Amino acid sequence: MSPPLLQLDNLSVSYRTRRGAVPAVVGVSLDLAKGESVGLVGESGCGKSTIAFAIMRWLAGRGEIVGGRVLFDGRDMAEMSRAELRQVRGKRVAMVFQEAMSALNPCLTIGSQLTEVLRFHEDIVGPAATKRSLDMLSEVRIPDPERVFRAYPHEISGGQQQRVVIAMALLANPALLLLDEPTTGLDVTVEASVVKLIADISRRFGTSLLYISHNLALISRVCERIAVMYAGEIVEAGPVRQILDHPVHPYTRGLISCLPEAGADKIARPLMPIPGQIPAPWERAPGCFFQPRCTYAVAGLCDSAHPPLVDLGTGSSVRCIRAGEIEGEPIIAVPGQQLAAADGVAVAVERLSKDYTLTPPGLRGLLPFAEPLRIKANDGLTFEAETGRTLAIVGESGCGKSTFARILTGLERATGGSVEVGGTNLARLSVIDRSREQLRSLQMVFQNPDETLNPSYRVGKQIARVAKRLLTLGRKDRATRVRELFAEIRLPAGIADRKPRHLSGGQKQRIAIARAFVGRPDIVIADEPVSALDVSVRAAVTQLLMEIQRTHGTTLILISHDLALVRYVADTVVVMYLGQVMEAGTTTQVFSAPHHPYTEALLAAQPRLDGNQEPVAPVEGETPSPLEPPVGCPFHTRCPRKVGTICETTRPPEQVTAEGHRMACHIPMAELARVQEKVLA
Amino acid sequence: MTDTTGMRNPTFWSLLAESPILVAGASILAFWLLVAIFAPFIAPFGPNENLVPMALPGDRTPGGRTMWLGADHLGRDVLSRIIYGGRTVLTYAPLATLCAYTVGVTLGLVAGYKGKWVDELLSRFADLVLAFPVIVLYIVIIQKFGASGVNILIAVTLASSPGIMRLVRGVVLDLRTRAYVSAAQMRGESTLYILFVEILPNARGPLIVDACLRLGYVTITIGTLGFLGLGLPPPTPDWGGMINESRHFALVFPHMAIFPCIAVSSLVLAFNLIADGLRELSLAD
Amino acid sequence: MARLIAQRLFNSIISIALVSVVLFLIFEISPETVAADALGQYSTREQRDLWLAANGYNEPMLVRFLDWVRRCVTGEFGKSRLYNAPVSTVLWSRVGASAILAGAFFAVLVPLSLSLGVIAGMREGSGLDRGISLLSILTTSIPPFASAVLLTAVFVFGLGMLPGTSSMVDGFRWKEIVLPVAVLLLYDFGYLTRITRASMADVMQTAYIRTAVLKGLPNWWIILRHALRNALIPPFTVIMLQINWLIGGVVVVEFFFAYKGFGSLILEASLSHDLFLLQACTAVSVLIAVGTQTIADIGYGLLNPRIRVAR
Repeated sequence: MSPPLLQLDNLSVSYRTRRGAVPAVVGVSLDLAKGESVGLVGESGCGKSTIAFAIMRWLAGRGEIVGGRVLFDGRDMAEMSRAELRQVRGKRVAMVFQEAMSALNPCLTIGSQLTEVLRFHEDIVGPAATKRSLDMLSEVRIPDPERVFRAYPHEISGGQQQRVVIAMALLANPALLLLDEPTTGLDVTVEASVVKLIADISRRFGTSLLYISHNLALISRVCERIAVMYAGEIVEAGPVRQILDHPVHPYTRGLISCLPEAGADKIARPLMPIPGQIPAPWERAPGCFFQPRCTYAVAGLCDSAHPPLVDLGTGSSVRCIRAGEIEGEPIIAVPGQQLAAADGVAVAVERLSKDYTLTPPGLRGLLPFAEPLRIKANDGLTFEAETGRTLAIVGESGCGKSTFARILTGLERATGGSVEVGGTNLARLSVIDRSREQLRSLQMVFQNPDETLNPSYRVGKQIARVAKRLLTLGRKDRATRVRELFAEIRLPAGIADRKPRHLSGGQKQRIAIARAFVGRPDIVIADEPVSALDVSVRAAVTQLLMEIQRTHGTTLILISHDLALVRYVADTVVVMYLGQVMEAGTTTQVFSAPHHPYTEALLAAQPRLDGNQEPVAPVEGETPSPLEPPVGCPFHTRCPRKVGTICETTRPPEQVTAEGHRMACHIPMAELARVQEKVLA
Repeated sequence: MTDTTGMRNPTFWSLLAESPILVAGASILAFWLLVAIFAPFIAPFGPNENLVPMALPGDRTPGGRTMWLGADHLGRDVLSRIIYGGRTVLTYAPLATLCAYTVGVTLGLVAGYKGKWVDELLSRFADLVLAFPVIVLYIVIIQKFGASGVNILIAVTLASSPGIMRLVRGVVLDLRTRAYVSAAQMRGESTLYILFVEILPNARGPLIVDACLRLGYVTITIGTLGFLGLGLPPPTPDWGGMINESRHFALVFPHMAIFPCIAVSSLVLAFNLIADGLRELSLAD
Repeated sequence: MARLIAQRLFNSIISIALVSVVLFLIFEISPETVAADALGQYSTREQRDLWLAANGYNEPMLVRFLDWVRRCVTGEFGKSRLYNAPVSTVLWSRVGASAILAGAFFAVLVPLSLSLGVIAGMREGSGLDRGISLLSILTTSIPPFASAVLLTAVFVFGLGMLPGTSSMVDGFRWKEIVLPVAVLLLYDFGYLTRITRASMADVMQTAYIRTAVLKGLPNWWIILRHALRNALIPPFTVIMLQINWLIGGVVVVEFFFAYKGFGSLILEASLSHDLFLLQACTAVSVLIAVGTQTIADIGYGLLNPRIRVAR
């Protein structure tokens, strides 16, 4: 057996900060053979990106390798001279970064950023370099290489930018490719096609991969082996199926069981959140780092000695003292909940439209009375939310789901149609014209935990303010209400005296939920409430939201791009694309055939943990610009089931079943059911 | 880094360790503030007392008291005039900056939050004022309305508030899309509450830094106006005016001009150091 | 790009139109003051009335405004009382003199500040960086009138190396321009250096520089090709906008050194209530300020491929 291509030998990295040295990576050992692909999974702050930069020997001045070695091709990277290092970087080891937009120089064309790699690593310049670059752009399946070659980064889409960065990394034919969250920020369908590209490439070029991500499911599609990291160290490592099917470490188990599983719903199998939050490096517990959050932890044992990484003999190794005892123990099951009975309609949306106008680009836009460009953010939406149940609105970025939230809450006014809530049409009733009762009855949970709370005030005060405005409570009653809410969101009351910057993302989002429920609203709309949170925190916050909703019988409208989450939480689902409703129905109807072809693509793109490891790219291409929406069916430009010119010319009719399952497609639902069941079988 | 332990109480020593620049600036400023406040107790002579014309530093009055920095062409003690001049500048510079900020912040908040034609109108007005070179604006205003303390305040306010307005407008445009502003709207808060309670406190970082820089700049402006003979009418002790009056003698008796120069430079330096230190601290957080 | 240029030009025309209205209102709203300024304070009532009638001041406001605009556009600003000559003959030679001053100033400022700023920004936090930053703060804190006094004290009074006035009575001499330029530089170079440094430091922190380093490109290539172009965009804008500030410094410096330039002219016009001269000077200075602002805006668009046509 040849020596490993990359060998991390007991690597430790620390950052120098005002608190002194903060350990980011603690004693990590990892081997990577030629042509092998290894995944590094972990949540934010677990040190996984630091490992990538340590391999490249680029720690941005403040980081320092304090122990161990990085061996590449058997050579210690720390001993290389600057010139040798330059020859390794880019030529032998290349890196693909998250957020391709910022990784590309905005002032240089894509072409010049590609050819310079060849210029310094292969001594190829001029037409030969151009040729190689264009070929590589075709390799990463960019549809129009010539145009992209001449373009500036801002002139191409996010998915194409990421393909360009991958092309740039592959140009010098490196032996090892480091991928640091390469699909963060991309839509699910685009993400699926980029992941497929990465898997194809590693196979075809024989490149070794080190794939870093927080997303266990994505990694399992590309990698043969996985290492799970927690608080700077590897807690479990082994072959991908071994880890996914028989996880041993409580953290790995937690990570897997807190993911909504494809095919399950909230009644059959509730989410299993990991309690607590990820500790900051200076707050790591004595003994096992995971012990404070671990349901299997035994006092006096787990908090005394730091456990070593032990080989289990199954190809896996695990860092847990109790590994042998808990291995067979089943993941504790919690009994499912009964579906709440619907009584009536809380929100009735009828042919709702919202147009934005823009001045046209170019000189034309300067002319007075120039015809403004129209963006149809919402285009004739019709659906209902039932009282006391959960409606999910699903779609990728730009589908108009957040615009709908802003209309419902009165932050924007609709251009046409109606939104009936409690007998009043709210579609054109701006938030400043709404009565206190209307404001109280409809509240919102926002997406970004860092922006949802005012950084200048203590969180308790912010909640008390809502109680004052919406419930007109006196000082004493306000304090009581705040205490009640803190009990309900299960945060210690002391947190009320903190400012948002002293809270973690999960805590902030809990406070945001409390704020929405201060006035005991009838309807709460939540816009991607957990998408910015760490995986292990997501489940807990989701569960909290569902619980509070159930206790108060609130109608919940959940906006999300995450189908697995939706399947867990929602009773009814609306699928949107480019401002239109593609499909609507109960969760069971939407998640089983027949699906609208777009829903089908979304489902296929969803990363999953079970059996099928082959990455699939359900649809190629990206969502068209809402400025120039396709005529006919909005999805026809990407639809794999397109039937003909009718899709390009005629807007599809809406088909409705007797059970209320609706979809807009030219293909009859019975026909769709037939072909889709064939695929599944 | 998030600090989960709670409050951090900055002591003098921890500040000195983190930003010596800030401490240096604050010390110089504190020195001048004390000098200005206690001027009558510190100054050896009255600001307009006629002693010995053109006396050199260290010369004595007929009464035998030392004029540490000499006297000017009218026989007024330079040190005493600098001390009283500190009062003048430390009254007018903060006052003028405050006026400019009141106007600029209000307009900026309104323009940024209201948008549409209000923003269009206010921004046009700002463009209009900014089209004038600042010094020309001052010269024209003083020429039309005469040199006086109030007119200096008006001129500085008119010239500086558009810049402040633009800064505030930019910050507001950024902050008004934050979810906490939407949340405030959704509990029925008034526009005034949202502007001054929800938005303004979060804009304080860049505003405080800018205010310090602007204090320095206004100090220079007031000095320049005095130097050009457009400032406070004599015999008010004013550093710029002192330099103006003595510049004809600068080749023979440089002491009359040099000490006021050092005084004004050190005060401007104080403001600039504080601004830089604060920026450094805010970046480090 | 065409749109950007058209928009900026349109904006500047609007600005100038608005400014002209304001100037007209300030200067010409009361004809009595104009006559008093034109004929001197000892002129009689009859003389003033005659003068007003002869110069068309009895026409309606709008006609007078249009006539005033015509005179501004054609450069017939009237007669300077102070110099007893048409304003244009005095004005342009003075503008030329100041242009020499400004030219010499920029010739030193740009290479000096940009190189110091880039060097400091390349190695943020190094000793050299701290030194340059501190020097910049120090020099920016000395107002031009103070540095004029201090430099004169050292180089004229102390060392006797340079002349203390720059009136150029014996024709143009380079020696006389050294101190005025030095004073302007001392005050201004710190500002531009700090802007350049901050910009360069920001660029060095960006993800695309990290990409370039991890692509294994040599350092000189990263600095020259990847960093500089991005880092020099903000300083370029500042250099153009600096001209607006420079006029302020020029007034002080020319006044102090008795340099016969545009800055001292505007001050003379103001102090001696020479209305037509002051009008002309103000118009020219606004034109310069708006012109450079427009160039700065358009140049920013040219340098930065991500032209955003916001406002």
